[in-house]
Amino acid sequence: MTEPQVIARAGGADETRGADDIAVRVEHLTKVFGRRALEAADRLAAGASREDVAKLGTAAVIDASFEVRRGEIFVVMGLSGSGKSTLIRMLNGLLDATHGTVEIDGERVTGVDAKRLRAVRRSQVSMVFQHFALLPHRTVLDNVAYGLEIQGVDRERRLELARDVVRRVGLSGWEERLPSELSGGMQQRVGIARALCADTPVLLMDEAFSALDPLIRREMQEQLVELQAELGKTIVFITHDLNEAMFLGDRIAVMRDGRIVQIGSPEEILTDPANDYVAQFVQDVDRTRVLTAASVMEPPAASVPVTVGPRGALRAMRDVQSSTLLVTGPGRTVLGAVRDRDVLRAVQRGHRELRPLVDADVHRVSPDTSLAELPELAVTSGLPIAVVDGGDRLLGVIPRVMLLAALGNVPTETSEMAIVDLPPALDPALVAQTLDDATARFDSQEVSDAR
Amino acid sequence: MLDDIRLPLGDWVETGVDWITDNLAVLFDVIRTVVAGVFDVVEMVFTEPPAIVMIVVLALIAFLVRGWRMGVGTVVGLVVIVLVDQWDNAMATLALTVVAALLALLLAIPLGIWAARSDTVSAIVRPVLDFLQTMPAFVYLIPAIILFGIGVVPGIIATIAFAMAPGVRLTELGIRGVNREIVEAGAAFGASPGRILRQIQLPLALPTIMTGVNQIIMLSLSMVVIAAMVGAGGLGQDIVQALQRIDVGLGFEAGLSVVILAIVLDRVTNALGSLQAHSPVAKLRSRRRIAARASSAASPHDVAAVAAVETAPAGSGR
Repeated sequence: MTEPQVIARAGGADETRGADDIAVRVEHLTKVFGRRALEAADRLAAGASREDVAKLGTAAVIDASFEVRRGEIFVVMGLSGSGKSTLIRMLNGLLDATHGTVEIDGERVTGVDAKRLRAVRRSQVSMVFQHFALLPHRTVLDNVAYGLEIQGVDRERRLELARDVVRRVGLSGWEERLPSELSGGMQQRVGIARALCADTPVLLMDEAFSALDPLIRREMQEQLVELQAELGKTIVFITHDLNEAMFLGDRIAVMRDGRIVQIGSPEEILTDPANDYVAQFVQDVDRTRVLTAASVMEPPAASVPVTVGPRGALRAMRDVQSSTLLVTGPGRTVLGAVRDRDVLRAVQRGHRELRPLVDADVHRVSPDTSLAELPELAVTSGLPIAVVDGGDRLLGVIPRVMLLAALGNVPTETSEMAIVDLPPALDPALVAQTLDDATARFDSQEVSDAR
Repeated sequence: MLDDIRLPLGDWVETGVDWITDNLAVLFDVIRTVVAGVFDVVEMVFTEPPAIVMIVVLALIAFLVRGWRMGVGTVVGLVVIVLVDQWDNAMATLALTVVAALLALLLAIPLGIWAARSDTVSAIVRPVLDFLQTMPAFVYLIPAIILFGIGVVPGIIATIAFAMAPGVRLTELGIRGVNREIVEAGAAFGASPGRILRQIQLPLALPTIMTGVNQIIMLSLSMVVIAAMVGAGGLGQDIVQALQRIDVGLGFEAGLSVVILAIVLDRVTNALGSLQAHSPVAKLRSRRRIAARASSAASPHDVAAVAAVETAPAGSGR
């Protein structure tokens, strides 16, 4: 459900967004642990490498800059030791930054006194922890109400609000239990409920699902996406799991050795890795969960307007060397597909109408359909899959070879293996426009041929 | 060559103690008055009621925190003390132990908390504690007599110095051992350090701190005999007397009474740290929670309430 947004953002809308849309702004953030941290940070800023300053201290995060937009799930991904946990702890001041600034909703988090920092934490940002970090001596309800308790909300009111949130995360009936009586997945629901109940606009999630088993993890990811869509929270999510990053993230920052090496949408990271490290990293990702129909579709060369008749269709088949064609009606709506056998027979018998030959049973998918849903369609039908917009207009086709290449995890780098290079994400609008031009040309050609 | 050199460490210490006696006499007078006053009150509370009342009260506490077996055991043990005619001595010893342990706790727990929050304090406190704990207990008696005179007060002060260390250590260990993420969670939601201490660190460190309490009480009891040498009364006095007269019978009876007291105190304070599931207090608590679940009207679960439940039975007996 987040995919259309991603495409729109990839389309270059960044510059037009106002400053008010930025929930978290991080500039040149650096963290060095050690006795001579400041000196090390200065040298890092002057261009020294992590190894250069190893004697002065351990550089955990180096010169990280990014902005998180309001209502976005921003994933920071990296292997252990890449500095992602340190980074997220600087966002709410659990760790002091050695250099650089963090602003949440325009409020400075870095370089402010403890009292001010506590106020920002209460009103702006809450956190979900890897190992849940629930208060074991308090009931579920009291845990969930903890943030409100610190904010000074009176008991009646905060328990009422907490009950609401507990219901929302699906834990009704467990309010008076202790955390130790709950399974891991349920405990993390309490952790999420506690963060939601604090009612801050920004949520930090530190490897929140990493301690859960895979089935529960998937379920929680889906629930998180739902909750986010419902509540519109800004979420900064830390993970080492690329699949998780790809599934959750509107945008992803990839970290390595303390530096952010790439920031982009899941599709950008997948299809256009900034360097070998990212490319290697994304090699193992389950592409079907990330790639959408729009990202693998091709311009519909193998399509003809129904008006060309059987002869035109036959010629088009010869031109594009395909045994099937998509047939479009008025307004480029998809009517169906024709097979070479039927068309040939019709031409031999002198039929002039293409419409009776059309098999309407063509699979139509929207551009943001995830690839995970496609293979089944492709197997059950010998026909290409049509990618259509809301008005049933043809945007592109997904030939089966394309689908197999995409699923086969063929990285764009290893050119000797790659049969088909994955195209970068296509803007459906652009595709539609190109198609219009192409078919206009095709139509005029038809007219001149007929003369 | 080294034979010629004599480090006059003893002289220095003596000079130091002399200086303290000359200049801080008022301070020590105040301390003596306060400690003696507290001891008198506690001793009176323990010795005034008839033995049977005290036995019932102590057995009830043992029953509440640990179950009926412990209750019965306590009755049997205490009756044995009465039968060997050591009851008054035992109560005086108990008073001495309780006062010394309480004062030691009053010093040890805040010091432990401080050490847990500051690495510098921890680094300073640790060797001092090592010193206090390993110095032979008799040695404390000498300055204690000089500063406080003969009687129960130097005994209590020497006992505190000797018994305090594990309390500090275990409090620090308990607080430092609290899951880092949970403490972070408190901070991440904007809790103040004091609030984190009260609502997260102390409750979660409680089992470890209670082990420290238990250690302090046991060490205090072990000091009681030594304290008798400087005039503190109780079972220790009879043991010292038995030693001087080579009176095996008296020595054994008084010694056995110490053992019985030690076992009762140890089991009870141990149980306070981790209330066992079958103890009546634990049952009462879980019943209360289930009731809250049923009515969905939650009861306050803050530290104060937990602490109140835990200290109430022990406090009423003192």
